[in-house]
Amino acid sequence: MTRVRTRVGPQSLAGGRTLDVDRLLDDPHTGIIVCCGSGGVGKTTTSAALALRAAERGRKVVVLTIDPARRLAQAMGIEVLDNTPRPVPGVVSTGSTDGQHGGSLDAMMLDMKRTFDEVVESQASPEKAQQILQNPFYVALSSSFAGTQEYMAMEKLGQIHADAQRDATYDLIVVDTPPSRSALDFLDAPERLSSFLDGRFIKLLLTPAKGPARVMTAGFGIVTNALTKILGAQVLRDMQTFVAAFDTLFGGFRQRAQKTFELLQADGTAFLVIAAPEPDALREAAYFVERLSEDEMPLAGLVVNRASPQPQGEVTAEEAMAAAQRLRKHDADSLTAGLLRLHADRVQMVEREARLRSRFEAAHPQVPMTVVPALAGDVHDLDGLRQVGALMAGERPT
Amino acid sequence: MPSRDFPQVRLHIVTGKGGTGKSTVSASLALGLASAGQNVLLCEVEGRQGIARMFDVEPLPYAERRIATGLPGPDGQRGGVVHALHIDPESALWEYLSMYYKLGRAGKALDRFGVVEFATTIAPGVRDVLLTGKVYEATKRNARNKKAITYDAVVLDAPPTGRIAPFLGVNQELAGLARMGPIKNQADSVTTLFRSARTAVHLVTVLEEMPVQETADGIAELREHGLPVGGVVVNMVRPRDLDEDDLLAVRAGKVTKRKVATELNRGGLTGNADLVMGLLGEARDHAERRALEDDQRALVGELDAPTYELPLLVGGVDLGGLYELAGLLRDQGLA
Repeated sequence: MTRVRTRVGPQSLAGGRTLDVDRLLDDPHTGIIVCCGSGGVGKTTTSAALALRAAERGRKVVVLTIDPARRLAQAMGIEVLDNTPRPVPGVVSTGSTDGQHGGSLDAMMLDMKRTFDEVVESQASPEKAQQILQNPFYVALSSSFAGTQEYMAMEKLGQIHADAQRDATYDLIVVDTPPSRSALDFLDAPERLSSFLDGRFIKLLLTPAKGPARVMTAGFGIVTNALTKILGAQVLRDMQTFVAAFDTLFGGFRQRAQKTFELLQADGTAFLVIAAPEPDALREAAYFVERLSEDEMPLAGLVVNRASPQPQGEVTAEEAMAAAQRLRKHDADSLTAGLLRLHADRVQMVEREARLRSRFEAAHPQVPMTVVPALAGDVHDLDGLRQVGALMAGERPT
Repeated sequence: MPSRDFPQVRLHIVTGKGGTGKSTVSASLALGLASAGQNVLLCEVEGRQGIARMFDVEPLPYAERRIATGLPGPDGQRGGVVHALHIDPESALWEYLSMYYKLGRAGKALDRFGVVEFATTIAPGVRDVLLTGKVYEATKRNARNKKAITYDAVVLDAPPTGRIAPFLGVNQELAGLARMGPIKNQADSVTTLFRSARTAVHLVTVLEEMPVQETADGIAELREHGLPVGGVVVNMVRPRDLDEDDLLAVRAGKVTKRKVATELNRGGLTGNADLVMGLLGEARDHAERRALEDDQRALVGELDAPTYELPLLVGGVDLGGLYELAGLLRDQGLA
């Protein structure tokens, strides 16, 4: 007698909403897609695969990757990715959104120091720019500060968007976010910058060290003395020189950061949260979903990468293990026993992943989801990206 | 008894690409060292409270909490104790200030003027100096400080490979910025410890192309900065239920359906066509992945660092799993 069992696995998303990736990519109103999530979940591959799929469906796409590793470069078969978008060779665009031109794909990798330098150079007089670029505090800030990447990612996104609007170069920007220590860093960048620039600390640094005593409140004096004691007078002087020289640029920075934040909140933007079917990654994803809704950011859905492929046949893990044990008793090297153990592992993993996903769904039923089965091999070329894109869009190999 | 392969090391720094399980490996290493009778401090610095989750305890404060005991030795020797510490930059800053400066009222003023927020979030590298400074303090601690617990070993669950050299070496940059004064002295001592034979930076990877590549890049970068590379821990290795001969047969398509069907029947299952095809399909997937793993394993072998392997725990990692992994690290000589 055959029993009917409820199947659990990547393809059976009972009750949950499915993310329609192609509809998102084809919608001409989608102007920016931001991929976020914790490290190691395949953000870079996902961004590249989405960008390629959109381009091949007729969009004019640029993908901005922020990861310092050469992963996207490797994934897209491009050796040099610098701070300027470059065309990706080998894109085959069949679709056409305006009936005349096919799609295209450019890619770039963020060079945070260069982006920072360029902003300084474009905003200050050459003389002042030089002064800033050589300040030791600036050098440290622009190359080592763990949050600079996030600030500069926002800056670059704003720039590319403005250029694309002006020159009609791109109609879709896909952004890969930095592997932040916390999911918040990317979204917090503008706000943090603003609060810092408005803060009393800047005013303190802008107060000349030996200025007229009347502008120095008692608090200022105490803090300056404490800082001198801790940092040494010279570091404090470097910082003051930097802030003084940078003062006129701050306003522009803040304004653009605010504009980018608004751009992210706008209708044309879609956030995709990327996760792996692991407790940590899904916890981080849930955190991100909460945070995006708190900031009224348009969340398009969740992409669960690297799902274990659905096993075939209806044999449970327990049945497979029991049979494997019986076989091993007769023949310790039984090949079929090995196959059954593999099957048992796979069933267990698929069940575990399904449990994790349904927990997420229970807490966030409004978030559409797509599940991407893991490929057996690594993705390192356009064909691999195409395959990932197809799986993401729900196409299943027949 | 110290680690067999790293007997001189007191500070074990564990890094790895995101998603490779460096926190799991850090925790297992701490338990493994404790199972060798050492008293261990396990530190985390990224604000994730991963230790609390793995050991199933309340979220950790900025204080050293006893969280586990190592397994008894083969002759019944008592296992060492694992303490855990969650280091956050702000608490580290206050501790640092109170340890070295008598600020009194000025301390509150620093906070009010946003200096604390500036130092812990925006100031270049200061955050990292505060975090590594605390690790340094815990490692260098000795019996003269009566109030504090002393440890035989400290395990640091560090930031990922992409940020590890700046994280550990950023002291250098700050020292460059602060060419003199109190911070330079502090940063110099920290760097000296990190570069000494008492420190080892272990890298966690999985047998996939990009993590292995990142590990190779990470090792090169660490060596370039004079930081001592420890071992490479290959994590989440697939179970080897098929031996080499089986894999060859599967890849060559030489496993007949009939043979599998007959065996299934013997094992008490119905060897119908669906099941047989399914199992063979899964076997081909597995064979392909195993081949890729072998390629990557060969590359890991060329990295000029001792390697250790840990299996994939199919049901996920719980406390029992950590002890199991700890035992494996101990058997292989890392712990």
